[in-house]
Amino acid sequence: MNTTIKSAATATALSIMMATSSLADDLKIGMVVTLSGPPAALGQQIVDGFQLALDQKRGMLGGQSVELIVEDDELKPDVALLKATSLVEREEVDFVVGTVFSNMLQAIFKPIVQSETFLISPNAGPSTFAGKNCNPFFFVTSYQNNQNAEVSGMVANKEGFKNVFVMAPNYQAGRDNVKGFNQTFKGTVTDEVFTPLGHQDFSAELARMSTSGADAVFTFMPGGMGVRLVGQFDGAGLKDSMKFMSVFTTDETTLPGQKDAAVGFLAAGNWAPDMLNEANKAFASAFEKKYGYIPGGYAMQAYDTANLIDSAITKTGGATDDKDALRAALREADFTSVRGDFSFNNNHYPVQNFHALKVVKRDDGKFHTSFVRTIVEDYKDSFAGDCRM
Amino acid sequence: MDRGVLIGGIIFGLLLAMPVILPIVGANYLSGLLIKAMLLAIAALSLDLIIGHGGMVSLGHAAFIGIGAYATAISLENGIEEILLLFLIALGATASIALVTGVLALRTSGVYFLMITLAFGQMTFFTLTSLAAYGGDDGLTLWSLATLFGSDIVQEGEGLYFFVLVILIFTWIGVWRISRSRFGRVLKAARDNPKRAEVMGYPVARYQLIAYVIAACIAGISGLLLVQYAEFVSPSIAAWQRSGDLIVAIVLGGLGSRNGAILGAFFIVIMEEFLSSIFHEWRLIYGPLLVLLVLYAKGGLSDLILPKSSGGGA
Amino acid sequence: MSFTLFLILCLNGLQYGLLLFLIAAGLTLVFGVMGFINLAHGVQYMVGAYLIFAFTALTGNFWSALILSLVMALLIGLLLEYAVFRHLYERSHLDQVLATFGIIIFLNELAKVLFGPATLTIATPEILSGSIQLTEQLRYPVYRLATIGVGLAMAIALFLTISYTRTGMLIRAGSTTPEMVAALGVNIKQLFRIVFGVGAMLAGFAGIIAAPIFAIEPGMGDNILIIAFVVIIIGGVGSISGAFVAAILVGLIDTLGRSLATELLSFVFDSSVANQIGPALASMLIYILMAAILVFRPKGLLPAKGAS
Repeated sequence: MNTTIKSAATATALSIMMATSSLADDLKIGMVVTLSGPPAALGQQIVDGFQLALDQKRGMLGGQSVELIVEDDELKPDVALLKATSLVEREEVDFVVGTVFSNMLQAIFKPIVQSETFLISPNAGPSTFAGKNCNPFFFVTSYQNNQNAEVSGMVANKEGFKNVFVMAPNYQAGRDNVKGFNQTFKGTVTDEVFTPLGHQDFSAELARMSTSGADAVFTFMPGGMGVRLVGQFDGAGLKDSMKFMSVFTTDETTLPGQKDAAVGFLAAGNWAPDMLNEANKAFASAFEKKYGYIPGGYAMQAYDTANLIDSAITKTGGATDDKDALRAALREADFTSVRGDFSFNNNHYPVQNFHALKVVKRDDGKFHTSFVRTIVEDYKDSFAGDCRM
Repeated sequence: MDRGVLIGGIIFGLLLAMPVILPIVGANYLSGLLIKAMLLAIAALSLDLIIGHGGMVSLGHAAFIGIGAYATAISLENGIEEILLLFLIALGATASIALVTGVLALRTSGVYFLMITLAFGQMTFFTLTSLAAYGGDDGLTLWSLATLFGSDIVQEGEGLYFFVLVILIFTWIGVWRISRSRFGRVLKAARDNPKRAEVMGYPVARYQLIAYVIAACIAGISGLLLVQYAEFVSPSIAAWQRSGDLIVAIVLGGLGSRNGAILGAFFIVIMEEFLSSIFHEWRLIYGPLLVLLVLYAKGGLSDLILPKSSGGGA
Repeated sequence: MSFTLFLILCLNGLQYGLLLFLIAAGLTLVFGVMGFINLAHGVQYMVGAYLIFAFTALTGNFWSALILSLVMALLIGLLLEYAVFRHLYERSHLDQVLATFGIIIFLNELAKVLFGPATLTIATPEILSGSIQLTEQLRYPVYRLATIGVGLAMAIALFLTISYTRTGMLIRAGSTTPEMVAALGVNIKQLFRIVFGVGAMLAGFAGIIAAPIFAIEPGMGDNILIIAFVVIIIGGVGSISGAFVAAILVGLIDTLGRSLATELLSFVFDSSVANQIGPALASMLIYILMAAILVFRPKGLLPAKGAS
């Protein structure tokens, strides 16, 4: 009797000790993404992609149980800032993963890196932090914002387009994409058109396209703008006379709205859901099985981000206190990216392959982007030279 | 003692004590939230000067926050870091723009005044979005911040907290003294009956213009502090929705009352934080709550706390 | 610039203007007749768009969904009037602003909870889905031409109702001298309710016909509300014909401005400078117009007769 109580007591004590020790070792990860308003679908993909990786590892990264705190930036800089500081100061997280949009990243960047917390962006990759303002506490697992457009210019060269009509919304990312395209495209840009952000009615732009004599259009119209543009492009009957080439316009978040109107459209990116490597096959099918929709680049990059953290924590043996050791472990990027080869440049932006993609309709009636061919290998961004790190 | 002063005293006493209380209850992170609420309160107080006391409903007030903030940010980018100098620059920028728009806007009144200030606000907003050199729509992360006599005491933490608090108290006293002065009485007379005030020989238009410029200047100061706090500036702080938030704050708090603008601003910031932390779809509660407050709390929050307030509302 | 482009811009401007008119008509009457500032009017536009989406999915037919949506838009308008707005008629404008702002917040969030945050689309009805050849390369969708036709028809119907029916006469009288109308024994509350319901339905109708062209998303009514206010101020508060002229004007200026501002500026400035300030200037044009009108003609272009 006595012994039973004793052993029971020891067991309880032991389990309490274990519980506290595992609590103390808990890895805390904060996430700041946009989950409100029209672009909420992008943030949701990031949450889902990260969660999938966590679930596959039974809620642990690098052997440490993870507490994930998801915050919505509502696409407002002041909200993003408040959420980010609360993650760093109240929750004392080990990592912040975010954001979807570059302007949100600008808003949260300083307080996070100044508190010496690692900030990993699963999507936004502005030039601001790639050059002289690169930071030892900042990593990007997606791309540098200009790269997809630069690769689109190469795609246009490869397809033999001579005259291209270029259009983007009038904000920083829009201008960056136009600049990126112009940088690599060797033909003539017939028109350069900037529309207001959130543009509704594209018929004037379509009229200009029809009289421009261009053989293709290149555009960057994320979210709802892309849905409207593709529908109206189709409605105006331009599909027969010109090729449509874009970045972040016909992706897995917008295709459910664009449907058949987008089939055959060209895109450029670092990945497609039907890429044939083993890791990706496993990822894409597991993701679709769990969430019922085809993952886009956002989900893939978040999935890779979780695996990156997993690899780094494994290397440090679970420790997060030694920031230099943790940084060194992150820089190695010793994980299997579902997009294939992946490593970090000196500015902590990725070095990776970029491909030409094309929108296809699957047999079950769903739409996705499909791998066509690799355009450029181990592609680095053009700002890393200014980074002293 | 005036009960409005008492309530104000309690609010400021609590705010003064917070840097001591918060670490004890382990809620340090709330100081950022309080700074945000104080900044909103400063801007709301200034707007109440023209709406509550002057009867001039402006839907473009956030533009002046934006002008103050951008004047500060652009100066910082160009190496001007002394905060007293930045004050002068922000004041100069907001005052001159307020003077020009005010002369035009005050040719109208009532709803027309609301719409013309909206127009000027939108023009400011779109101008800010076109400043590509300073981030355009994306906004600008600031790598250097303002200093006080070369010291970085007003850059973050408690230094910044107390700095903002002091300015809030000055604004609170200043707005109230203006409203009690002869100048303020003329403003109020013009609000209640413009023709009579005119007939009585007061230069109503000039007084209203001066009030409009003073309010704009205070909003510009809150813009400067906002930059210092957020270390980031973007055109969205000048959007018309922000002007709407300010109106919501002062109507909620109680128009033209001594503490209404502060109560309203704190209510909004704290409600948002509180509701959104318990319920992701918190706006489903917040929206109807606003409707209920309008229907059942007619004098605003300050009247709920202090029925028959001596600083009687509009 | 080619003639085709100009033609298309004008057609688009006309279409946008008519859409604005449908929204502004109700807003100007509610404002003019009742002195009521209803910020939630823009949300009725969003409600219309979501209703047509929901009923099209439910019935599989655009036309029956159209009828159902119109009825529902009317009912929702009347419900809001009964539950909230009628308590606010006697209150100050600022109280009205705050309460209707609360309704916007609620309905935007409700739309998000019920339909998700993503952008939705519906197909144009089969019979209107074709396009007609405008030039060699470009076709113009029939549906857009149809919306222009319907918008014009609605404008004429509304104008005739206001000018020649008894209700219309009361509305006109009510917008200038409400006390007098009430003194004559007219049930002014009843009149308010009718104006309100019809106004809500018109905004809902605008949302319905806009749905197949533009995307349906939470908050889609917020910006168009501000533009509708600009329209009624330019036109003159309480004036239907003023709202019509102003809506077309705003529609044309905005559409032409967005397309041409950059081009015109590039004659004077370097093209990169023009690209930078052109779009900002284009977005400002209608506000500049409104400010100019307020300064030089404070009661609007065609003020309601006798309006004070």
